[in-house]
Amino acid sequence: MIELKGLTKVYGKGKKAATALSQLNLSIKKGEIFGVIGHSGAGKSTLIRCINLLERPTKGEVWVDGIDLTKLTQGQLQQKRRKIGMIFQHFNLLSSATVFDNIAFPLRLTGASQESIQSKVRELLKLVGLEDHWNKYPAQLSGGQKQRVGVARALASDPDVLLCDEATSALDPQTTDSILRLLLDINQRFNLTIVLITHEMHVIQSICDRVAVIHGGGIVEQGDVTEVFLKPKHEITREFIRSETQNDGPLRAAINAPHPESSKAVKITFLGQKTYESTLSNVVKETGVIFAILQGTISTIKDVPYGQLIVRFEGPSEAIQETISKLLAEGLDVEVMD
Amino acid sequence: MASLNFSTVNWDEMLQATFDTLKMLGSSAIFTIILGLPLGIVLYLWGRSSQPVVGVIYSVLSFLVNILRSVPFIILMVALIPFTKSIVGTSIGVLGTIPPLVVGAAPFFARLVETALREVDRGVIEAAQGMGASTTQIVTRVLLPEARPGLLSGVTITVVTLVAYTAMSGMVGGGGLGDLAIRYGYYRYEKEVMIISVALMVLLVQLLQMAGDRLVKHFSRK
Repeated sequence: MIELKGLTKVYGKGKKAATALSQLNLSIKKGEIFGVIGHSGAGKSTLIRCINLLERPTKGEVWVDGIDLTKLTQGQLQQKRRKIGMIFQHFNLLSSATVFDNIAFPLRLTGASQESIQSKVRELLKLVGLEDHWNKYPAQLSGGQKQRVGVARALASDPDVLLCDEATSALDPQTTDSILRLLLDINQRFNLTIVLITHEMHVIQSICDRVAVIHGGGIVEQGDVTEVFLKPKHEITREFIRSETQNDGPLRAAINAPHPESSKAVKITFLGQKTYESTLSNVVKETGVIFAILQGTISTIKDVPYGQLIVRFEGPSEAIQETISKLLAEGLDVEVMD
Repeated sequence: MASLNFSTVNWDEMLQATFDTLKMLGSSAIFTIILGLPLGIVLYLWGRSSQPVVGVIYSVLSFLVNILRSVPFIILMVALIPFTKSIVGTSIGVLGTIPPLVVGAAPFFARLVETALREVDRGVIEAAQGMGASTTQIVTRVLLPEARPGLLSGVTITVVTLVAYTAMSGMVGGGGLGDLAIRYGYYRYEKEVMIISVALMVLLVQLLQMAGDRLVKHFSRK
């Protein structure tokens, strides 16, 4: 669906030149929610703005739906952009227009008929739950409502792709969740491809199928969210996940606390239905090992359940070894921590 | 001040002068907006262009606007006499003052338009670009509606400035209240006429400013 090839963006010239993206490749499939996470200044904003060419890359190709946008004329690009919706951190609504007129804006650009505008806008107002607010001005709405208008406006021209530029960063946690649910809903309902950039792991974890971690103008790690989230490889990725879960201090303290000679701290990762099964309990019953829980999380990534337990097994070292092998045989992931 | 005697005032002449001022003001304001608005939009668009050639054109245009704005109106009026004659056939009276008024006020208004447009949130323009809007669509559907309060206060400031300019045009026989105030009050020491003329102009400015403020308030959505 979206293919970025050798994307390079350099701001300025000569000595003042700053490279925002260098030789970046990325491929996004139709119908998926793809997240790009990175710190501010990592290049993620430039990246998403290159997809609809609000930012023209210095080098590289931007393929959307089989067309290289960088090769289009201005007029062709304007046509193509109508099929790429975008929502923004600061909503970017017309302050001089009502909710209705804001949503109708992209339709009026194409000269749609009055009746088709009426029916389309009504339908979108219903979708985003703002039927009662159609006649209000943006200044009269809350942040979450403004973003709903933004989403409705972006969907008005029936786009194939929705770009979300830090769409929830200016919202409080509850509102963020409601907007994320809305995005997930439209993704499933219309099979709409969504690309979002964020600096919050929480956003990725809630709705994304795949994720890319961007750092220093390049992608350092990418893959399925479950994969990247549970087994991060790059230091930057680990940092994002730590900031979402707990910091390392308490865990270190728990692992280093006084413990029997013959024991082992391990991290056990459960994924999918296994999260809710009694595997661990069954295994220790068989091997006779006892354990203390040092830290634990049970949650979901998008709709996939996962659990991560850090426990200290106590018992004869052979029994501990056997426990670990059995857990591995059950399909759990076990990592020794000390 | 006790010697003021308003009974000698020629009210017919006063009424005529008031009408003349309103005529000058009305027609020069219309032409100022017709010329200044597009000029301001062009200044705004060219000033933001990333193309070096356009940047140079912008600098030249901007310089010309600055020249017209820095020449004192009274001098501009005299300097424009040949130009005025070639356009409206005379350089005196109500008709003769309109071209210099427009030439003097349009660059000023254009700058106010440029400033008002710059106040429009860049993000909103970008959103429109992202939705596939052409430059013309961005101007008509985003920039002008979003800048409306700023544009209206620009119009108010310009019209009030024009009131002052029409008064100055009295110096070259332009007619109107300013002309009256200078001819009677300044040249003939008839204070009464001067006081009434000035009072009428103060009233006019006051009314214009109030109307302008009200419009701005009506269209402000922030």
